[in-house]
Amino acid sequence: MLDTPVTNEPGVTRAYTVHARGLWHRLLVRHEAVVLVVLVVVWMYANAGIAGFGRPITLTFLLLDVAPILLMVLPMTLVIISGEIDLSVASVFGLASVVLGVMVKAGVPIALAVLTAGLVGVVAGLVNGFLVTVLGLPSLAVTIGTLALFRGLAVGLLGTKAVTEFPPGWTSSAQSTIGDSAVPVIVVPIAVLAIAIGVLLHLTPFGRGVYAVGLSDEAAIFSGVLVKRTKLVVFALSGLCAALAGVFYTLRFGNAIGSNGVGLELGVIAAVVLGGTSIFGGRGSVAGSVLGALLIAVLASALRLAKVPANAIDIITGAILVLSIAVTMAIPFFAQRFTRERRAG
Amino acid sequence: MAEAVAPIPVLSVRNVAKSFGAAIALRKGCLDSYGGSIHALVGENGAGKSTLVKVIAGVHHRDGGEFLLSGRPVDFRNTAEAKAAGVAVIYQEPTLFPDLSVTENIFMGRQPVLGLGRIDRRRMRSEAADLLERLGVRLNPDRVARGLSIADQQVIEIAKAISLDAKVLVMDEPTAALSGVEVDRLFTITRALRDEGRAIIFISHRFEEIYSLCDTLTVMRDGEYVSAHAIGDVTVDEVVRRMVGRSVTDLFPKEAAPVGDVRLRVEGLTSSGKFHDINFVVRSGEIVCLAGLVGSGRTEIVRAVFGVDGYDRGTVTVDGHTLPMKNPAAAIAAGIALVPEDRRKQGLVMDFSVRSNMSLAVRDRLSVLGILPALKETRLAMSWAHRLQVKTSSLDSPVATLSGGNQQKVVLGKWLATEPRVLIIDEPTRGIDVGTKSEVHRLMSELAGHGVAILMISSELPEVIGMADRVLVMKEGHMTAELSRADANPETVMYAATHSVEKSA
Repeated sequence: MLDTPVTNEPGVTRAYTVHARGLWHRLLVRHEAVVLVVLVVVWMYANAGIAGFGRPITLTFLLLDVAPILLMVLPMTLVIISGEIDLSVASVFGLASVVLGVMVKAGVPIALAVLTAGLVGVVAGLVNGFLVTVLGLPSLAVTIGTLALFRGLAVGLLGTKAVTEFPPGWTSSAQSTIGDSAVPVIVVPIAVLAIAIGVLLHLTPFGRGVYAVGLSDEAAIFSGVLVKRTKLVVFALSGLCAALAGVFYTLRFGNAIGSNGVGLELGVIAAVVLGGTSIFGGRGSVAGSVLGALLIAVLASALRLAKVPANAIDIITGAILVLSIAVTMAIPFFAQRFTRERRAG
Repeated sequence: MAEAVAPIPVLSVRNVAKSFGAAIALRKGCLDSYGGSIHALVGENGAGKSTLVKVIAGVHHRDGGEFLLSGRPVDFRNTAEAKAAGVAVIYQEPTLFPDLSVTENIFMGRQPVLGLGRIDRRRMRSEAADLLERLGVRLNPDRVARGLSIADQQVIEIAKAISLDAKVLVMDEPTAALSGVEVDRLFTITRALRDEGRAIIFISHRFEEIYSLCDTLTVMRDGEYVSAHAIGDVTVDEVVRRMVGRSVTDLFPKEAAPVGDVRLRVEGLTSSGKFHDINFVVRSGEIVCLAGLVGSGRTEIVRAVFGVDGYDRGTVTVDGHTLPMKNPAAAIAAGIALVPEDRRKQGLVMDFSVRSNMSLAVRDRLSVLGILPALKETRLAMSWAHRLQVKTSSLDSPVATLSGGNQQKVVLGKWLATEPRVLIIDEPTRGIDVGTKSEVHRLMSELAGHGVAILMISSELPEVIGMADRVLVMKEGHMTAELSRADANPETVMYAATHSVEKSA
């Protein structure tokens, strides 16, 4: 043994296969691809079989409805991959809505009010992040607390009143469509943001750190990942996007009220999980979450048009969510058994 | 001894073997333990003591050999069977239910019941009180276990064992975390149990304790039984020689490398309760070894140096540049790399691919305009995997699927990719097969030859003696000796690691 060198010469670049599976295999045998196929199938079925689904106005409303969810789904993906959860997003949404309303009512220029609402979101996110990272509290408990706290602030600021006076230019542009098409303008900034957050998660050193933190805090620390800063950033991002979603929603309906967005957090988390992100952290993608949110929205819209009662819609989307988690959990299980048998045999 | 020794040992294991995959933990374990007698089991870390204990306790199932209890062959498949047969183990750190009372902990899983399956609390409590009284300890049976000292927790475990009427009591380094008074109390209890006729197996690294408490002893080395003695027949020096005795000089050759400037300097490093006033330097081209028993503070020191943990006083400098506290990223930037003790939890992200693990510590350096380019990452992983001869089917295989030795190579590659000036390796060859072991040693020697300053922690004396230019010996948080390569031999290192204060500075 002593005659063979321990190390090879440096600089060799073709000693290993880079990927165990081929390109198509990697692209197609994955959760996101399954969600995409289901989405297309549901879309085509609804288009053909449900009266009214094919109308442009349906698409416009569908996209306007899903826009705030999409906004919140993007950073939530990062939060969940980092091994945490943010249940307070809908309350930040409501708080931002009320802050916007109160400031506009007080005569503050709307641009400044929008900016302030966004800032409030960042601060709310940092509060969550501080409690989780610096004080080391579990995010599930922290954000259940801030869910109540931020909602309480929102309702407290405005009481049961509502602010409905917004500059008409802003409210109409919130629902306007691109030229003569059925696609709302808001889709453009959301697509840009989705790409930006996708790049951040999948292509930057920071994003790699998010995955590492989610899989193993300890290994991440020993590799020089700034675990606390990473989590602080994802919580701040979550707060910011939730606030922007609240601003968009408020302008679209021209209505700021303390109860805006109540209960949205569960839909957001459902979309992320449906998109293949592991609730235990460390696994998932931005594309999956976007597809998950779109699938839930298309399904709900189609079922509504098919005159399915609202509670039945909830049952169906809930069942699909549970099924998708079961399938996600089952795939690695069977894959493992398969390889083990192969190795044994 | 209080009673006549029974002719048949209560517990007798003969030629017991156990391996985990390719790693052989126990080749030939032999042990006889008689009723009314305390038997010591000694050996270096990794000699196979713990594995033998786990076989006896039913945690592991032996691969071969005989196991007799009071002369009858037994075959435990789990710990419950061992307990039922009267074998109890007291571990160094007991695991109690912190929110349950002392009484409930003693009777966990076998509470006395009344009709309808209701727990007979009154009987349980009075029995617990009796047990504690018999052991002569003042402990309120109603208080919760949380907050009890380790010594008291051990007493609860012992009470549990007695209530089960254990015939064999194995104590696995019970004194490691105890103070002097607590040790005395434990010894009083242990002697009382011996006088009741139980067989006791006692594991400790402290010879003072073994000589004051035990009647007989067995020495183990490299997973094998070496010899058994009555305690009066053998001296400490003789036992140490038997524990470490083998020619090690040519097993791990560290080639001579030119020793250059000071790379790592640690001054006055103190963290209360962990280590105290630690001073040392590591120069380029040098391999310095931190030796000492497990728990002597070695790992804690390198964690503090690397910035994973904070410290109370002192400074760490690399090439004259003082490192901030608690900042591994700064330590990495300054040129330190740490191959940690627990590679599965600390060294690697087990679900990450070989490639992602290799690039994790250099991902910022690889980036172009904030983007981590896949091509550069692949090239880096390819080059290091090839240089270290990592055996993997592809670069995107999760490291969890690799063998222990190959995982360790990935950890090494990950850190060598940072081009470290100071490489800290904690237990470089733990759990690695012999072949890879010598590869790792030769790699370390090669790195030192390239001017890297290496600080190594090792519990394996042959490795320490074979690799180190200098040996720093730790005992209970203090540095007790600094030995040059010429002065370091198993006896001097073991002596400094087990005997109290004697600074050779």
